[in-house]
Amino acid sequence: MIKLGVPSKGRLMEKTFEWFQARGITLTRSGSEREYAGEVAGVSGVSLVLLSAGEVPRELAAGRLHLGVTGTDLILEKLPLYEQQVVPIQEMGFGEADLIMAVPKAWVDVDNLDDLDAVTAAFRAHHGFRLRIATKYHRLVREYLRDAGVADYAIVDSQGATEGAVANETAEMIADITSTGETLRANHLKVLGDGPILRSQATLWRSRTAEIEDRTAMRELLARLEA
Amino acid sequence: MITSEARDKASQLRARFEGLGAAVVSPPLLQSAELLLDLYGEDIRARAYVTSDALRGEQMLRPDFTVPVVQMHMATGATPARYTYAGEVFRRQEDDPDRANEYLQVGYELFENTDPAAADSEVFAVMSECVAHLGLRAATGDIGILTAAVQGLDTTEARRAALMRHIWRPRRFRALLDRYAGRVPTPPARATLLAAEDPLAEDAPMIGLRRPSEIAARLDVLRADAAAPPISATEVDLIEALLDIKETLPFATTRLRDLVVDMPSIASAVEGLARRTDAMDARGLEVDMLSYEASFGRTSMEYYDGFVFGFYAPDRADLPAVASGGRYDALTRRLGRGAKIPAVGGVLRPGLMVELEART
Repeated sequence: MIKLGVPSKGRLMEKTFEWFQARGITLTRSGSEREYAGEVAGVSGVSLVLLSAGEVPRELAAGRLHLGVTGTDLILEKLPLYEQQVVPIQEMGFGEADLIMAVPKAWVDVDNLDDLDAVTAAFRAHHGFRLRIATKYHRLVREYLRDAGVADYAIVDSQGATEGAVANETAEMIADITSTGETLRANHLKVLGDGPILRSQATLWRSRTAEIEDRTAMRELLARLEA
Repeated sequence: MITSEARDKASQLRARFEGLGAAVVSPPLLQSAELLLDLYGEDIRARAYVTSDALRGEQMLRPDFTVPVVQMHMATGATPARYTYAGEVFRRQEDDPDRANEYLQVGYELFENTDPAAADSEVFAVMSECVAHLGLRAATGDIGILTAAVQGLDTTEARRAALMRHIWRPRRFRALLDRYAGRVPTPPARATLLAAEDPLAEDAPMIGLRRPSEIAARLDVLRADAAAPPISATEVDLIEALLDIKETLPFATTRLRDLVVDMPSIASAVEGLARRTDAMDARGLEVDMLSYEASFGRTSMEYYDGFVFGFYAPDRADLPAVASGGRYDALTRRLGRGAKIPAVGGVLRPGLMVELEART
């Protein structure tokens, strides 16, 4: 059996189902709304696993999924040296989002990373602790700031409603995924002008570690999906 | 994996350092994460393993011995003092699965405040003798010469402080230097902002802990910086010439002395280097063949701020330094809240030594 992992909820699930439908493969969620089981029609030898998009990277890396749908952001955050563990098969054209850094719009003196680095130094001297960045993308943000040579910041974990962290004074700025920037504006935040940390979209991935029983079936399936 | 041969080697080396008068210390495996984060910033999380419990909060698996040894010395020790230790250190290796994330280190640390040249050469000689049979390439440097050059720049104190803060981040240092030299244009938005009558009149609410007074203070800094003349091309060229030096020690010293003519601020640091070379020579070290690299040690651990060195296997570029160390007065100053406790030390990796010995 080829195990295919798909996000279990919301728009991402619906869009994924549509994407497969367009390639003649019907995915359906079986049973009640609350049950995370699914069925596959239009291709044989494939079983559907519904799970959180955040768990797909780990399951692919462990070889418990052969194929999986999740965002580039989550693969890069959760899998160091991801190229050795997964292969991108197809970008799916939805779920587009940028990982960005945002500061209060009122910080008129901060437009880019140069400014940010000067502000982190002054903030630490003034407040006695490091300027806090709320995010769930710890590794990506840290690597990005290390490459840019920004110092004197602290990452604080935020798994949801990150845009509210500044107003709630649990952080001075944020790093998060945004597609339209609407939520950022509503929370009086602006994006730093150096470009996004990364551009992400929903992508179909293949595990490099999962054992494949039926190579012919896998080849045929991939040929259909890559078309 | 740590082999029993590596453990035996570690014990032998520590016993050898004990024989040289070093007191054995055994710092705990778990270190306060707060202190290490305070010193090294968030980057340390990429290099060290963090764990936690509800009572003590975040703890780190010892990424090196230097910080706990300095703390121990400050709490109890009288100067001069020599310490040695042997044990595991833990380093996250997220970019290279072939590098060990747990290995042994044996160290020799010297706290001494009368003769830095003698102290530097003692630590270098001790390390050098331990690896003499392995045919390693030694590299040395001196961060103190670069910091002296920065302190001597004819510019504002704010710019010197910003450059000093990034001595250990070469790329950001470079970007700052280019900006202060007027080599990159001021973004138009910046000029508009500084010219505005009330730059704080942004149509946005003040959210978060950073206060309007802090923004106003930064705008003052930016205005002062815009008014300050650029760092001269001559001075930037001199810094570049300084950073380019990669020669044997005697040639490097000659070139540095040439630079002193135009950069008098580095005179005393260069004479310090010459005194150290003499002290090494007096100990019978082959200084004529020793390499001096001005940028050596700038990208490794922060807080090495004087003499730095490393020993490498010339035909094994995949291996990290077998021995390394340097002077870390900036670290003791930071941990001692300004108290000056000059310190220099070095560490060996017995695991790598055993591996290299096995092939000969």
